[in-house]
Amino acid sequence: MKPVVIVGAGPAGISAARTLLDHGVTPCLIDENLRGGGQIYRRQPLGFQRSARQIYGFEASKAQAAHRTMDELAPLIDYRPQTLVWNAEDGRLDLLDNGRAESVDYARIIVATGATDRILPVPGWTLPGVYSLGAAQIALKYQGCAIGERVAFCGSGPLLYLVAYQYAKAGAKVVAVLDSAPFSAQCRALPALLGQPLTLAKGMYYRAWLTAHGIPVHQGATLQKIDGEQRVSGIRWDDHVLACDAVAFAHALRSETQLADLLGCEFAWNTLNRAWLPQRDNAGRSSVNVVYLAGDGAGIMGADAAKMAGERAALAVLEDSGVAIDQRRPAVLEQQLAGIQRFRHGLETAFPFPEQWAAQAPDALMVCRCEEVSAGEIRAVVDEGHWELNRVKAHCRVGMGRCQGRMCGLAAAEIVAERSGRGIEQVGRLRGQAPIKPLPFGVEVQP
Amino acid sequence: MALFKRLAETARPALSFTLDGQPASGLLGDTLLTAMLTCAEHLRGSDFSAEHRAGFCLMGACQDCWVRLEDGRRVRACSTLLEEGQAISRDPGRQP
Repeated sequence: MKPVVIVGAGPAGISAARTLLDHGVTPCLIDENLRGGGQIYRRQPLGFQRSARQIYGFEASKAQAAHRTMDELAPLIDYRPQTLVWNAEDGRLDLLDNGRAESVDYARIIVATGATDRILPVPGWTLPGVYSLGAAQIALKYQGCAIGERVAFCGSGPLLYLVAYQYAKAGAKVVAVLDSAPFSAQCRALPALLGQPLTLAKGMYYRAWLTAHGIPVHQGATLQKIDGEQRVSGIRWDDHVLACDAVAFAHALRSETQLADLLGCEFAWNTLNRAWLPQRDNAGRSSVNVVYLAGDGAGIMGADAAKMAGERAALAVLEDSGVAIDQRRPAVLEQQLAGIQRFRHGLETAFPFPEQWAAQAPDALMVCRCEEVSAGEIRAVVDEGHWELNRVKAHCRVGMGRCQGRMCGLAAAEIVAERSGRGIEQVGRLRGQAPIKPLPFGVEVQP
Repeated sequence: MALFKRLAETARPALSFTLDGQPASGLLGDTLLTAMLTCAEHLRGSDFSAEHRAGFCLMGACQDCWVRLEDGRRVRACSTLLEEGQAISRDPGRQP
């Protein structure tokens, strides 16, 4: 019998697997990472000694619970770590499992592919020593390292303050935090944020802790340039120049949607996320009959919501398969998710997208780090009359490189929209292509 | 010179490897990226200008940390754990 497949072992995927197994359905859980937990609860390698408290702070008990569940599930389900899903077609997934090509047929599939940082490039962003905020956090959580001796944190979003705090707490030298959002925006957002007082309190705590420890926090400060020859030597904003040897930056998160795209899910423009997202109902059902979506991969809502959405999607799979479930549970989950969604609106007010970014990006700015395509080259294509993103890509190769536009696609869309005088929702979205990540030559294929 | 700085977990057993033929050392549980960037400043040269790159996302998305092992395999340094005796080489990239 074809299994229910879950792609991604973060909070959503783990919770979906738990729910299915509790109802007698043994899922196949496929994850690219070595160990379950996703990025937020990324687990350090075996043999590391730090406590969960040291690594995850206030989130330690949630991280430990996710890891415990993962450890319980691993021997009971078809768990496939270090496995990349690189294609999806007609009820079949193509996998790369430790260098071997395989495929798996599914009866139903829950896509829980998570998110990566949302990047708005600045001059110098490809220099050694510049990382995404998520990357800086992984270096610390997963490897016990700081990305440099003197680190500046820039961009916006809740992760900005969290990672800066985690670095300082772990003994790194944090030279400055630059938040592009003005303080007034955070005041405006307060009413909506008060709906999740605990989460709000944590954010305020990180911010206050940084100030109390003498770390300069600049609000309404937009990173303009990263200086350096062979590596980072400093940053610039407004009239300021500051020496540092590492920079972590991002503007919140973006959903990882390629797999949903290959599965044929319908996408719709989502104003809150400022992104095209696969459509889902409150239960996580996509527009495709046997495809379900859960977690940040279908819209950014954070780890707590991902866990609930994973359970909700699994319950939908069970309902649709004719398995009896507790009929009261879906409504409880959907109500909790709606509460988090309101909070998410508040976050968007507190850390607004810097809409002036595209207009201010200099022509020489390298937008696409794979194919080395500049803002000026993108604008030249727009000036020739092109404004649909895939068409622009065909002309100047922006988004055509190894990362498939994961790092540059949203920024390229902003530049195309600004230059062509269209709304960001009118320039289209980069189509996903198989393989969704590069495959090495010499892959062993199953006979 | 190093790019990364170790803040914790420094009591792990050492593993020796070579980087472009030069002897180097990392720790058990290091990714290739960590092992390389705690003793060097870059991982690869870019495809169109050979400028130095040192990875960016550390979660397997940006594809800017590919390095080569002696058996010819190209691997992402951020998601591959270091093994004793590995010979890692850096692709110099291509000049325009």
